[in-house]
Amino acid sequence: MELIQRMLAGDKRACARLITTVESNPEEAEKILREIHPYTGRANILGITGPPGAGKSTLTDKIVKKFVDEGKKVGIIAVDPTSPYSGGSILGDRIRMQDLALHPNVFIRSMGTRGYLGGLSKHTKNALKILDAAGYDYIIIETVGVGQSEVDIVKTADSILMVMVPGLGDDIQSIKAGIMEIGDIFVINKSDLFGADRTATEVNMMLDLSSNMDRRPPVVKVTASKNEGIDILKSEIINHLVYLNESGKLNERRKNNMRTEIVELIEAELRKIVISSAASENKLESEVGKIITKEKNIYEVRDEFLKAIREE
Amino acid sequence: MRPIRVLVAKPGLDGHDRGAKVIARALRDAGMEVIYTGLRQTPEQIVAAAIQEDVDVVGMSILSGAHNYLFPRVVELLKEQGVDDVLIVGGGVIPDEDIPGLKKAGVSEIFTPGTTTSNMIEFIKSNLKREL
Repeated sequence: MELIQRMLAGDKRACARLITTVESNPEEAEKILREIHPYTGRANILGITGPPGAGKSTLTDKIVKKFVDEGKKVGIIAVDPTSPYSGGSILGDRIRMQDLALHPNVFIRSMGTRGYLGGLSKHTKNALKILDAAGYDYIIIETVGVGQSEVDIVKTADSILMVMVPGLGDDIQSIKAGIMEIGDIFVINKSDLFGADRTATEVNMMLDLSSNMDRRPPVVKVTASKNEGIDILKSEIINHLVYLNESGKLNERRKNNMRTEIVELIEAELRKIVISSAASENKLESEVGKIITKEKNIYEVRDEFLKAIREE
Repeated sequence: MRPIRVLVAKPGLDGHDRGAKVIARALRDAGMEVIYTGLRQTPEQIVAAAIQEDVDVVGMSILSGAHNYLFPRVVELLKEQGVDDVLIVGGGVIPDEDIPGLKKAGVSEIFTPGTTTSNMIEFIKSNLKREL
């Protein structure tokens, strides 16, 4: 495929077009991803997550500048929400990254979630593979502004930066399950605001309660808009990547993610088979009626469908 | 069918972008993915973003009077990069007598104050230069 050759040679337009294709054309996507598979797996993948307005885009901008100053190539995927009503979206993360638009070693791509609820879009992983094959050393995925349970980034990234800001809640919020469990590095942004020390203390107290950690996540205070604390944060990011490599955790993590991805792919195919088999004979509709009139129960119907599919 | 992707850009030195945000919102509500890049963009930044985001449409809004230089410059830079399948539209405070020249330079349509957003949406949908 000519586009792939151009992308591998560093052509940004080809890279962009391939991302569009994997994002919207499943059949073509598969062809592309099969072909680029040998070129993937080289990039370090950072996830940046946190609530809306925490400063994720500004922080991304500042971290990327540190990386490119060292001559690294950085790809960025910035995810923003899609409207559940119109299917449209406003993708506004680039506003905070204006200086990077023209940098030869930076590629920024905005994505809508397109109905996907885990903090990413269904195709973020595939876009990531394109950027990986294109030779970006670091790929940063900025999730949508998350609440407590959008934790898909944990199945996608090598290192996760959990970005928080002062004033979002007390210590009980920090010991709840979900988003607070997935940070490899906790970033307290807007540290020039009142309450930053307290937020850092609460996160540290939460970390004190975690007994099953091989490595205690650092808590770093920054003020991204003023570029304060970014050097320390960058060295913590590098420390974590070194730890992942030396401890074998990186492989373990990627294998786990790969397992999940394979199962998800199989599930998606099976789902298609189930839906088409149920829909083809309008069988589903009549079975629903039988369940409602108590002629059958839901598990009998399930078993009948599975039996029919196995016999096909 | 994928959503139409539109770059809404503010080239030049305008200090406010209320109009661009209203447009972005209307296009969002019409089911489009709108990439908004913020104020004071150079033509080079607009073209780089259009390429990386692989947009179908570049929509630019100018209030400050620099449209006769900035719009054609964006068209020219896109051409230089070999991008020929992007629909380019403009809007803002543009005197009527400037419109023919801008169209000649490669801006497909100019939407001046008073244009309804539904007209703009219709125009975009009917004049895309690539398959969705």
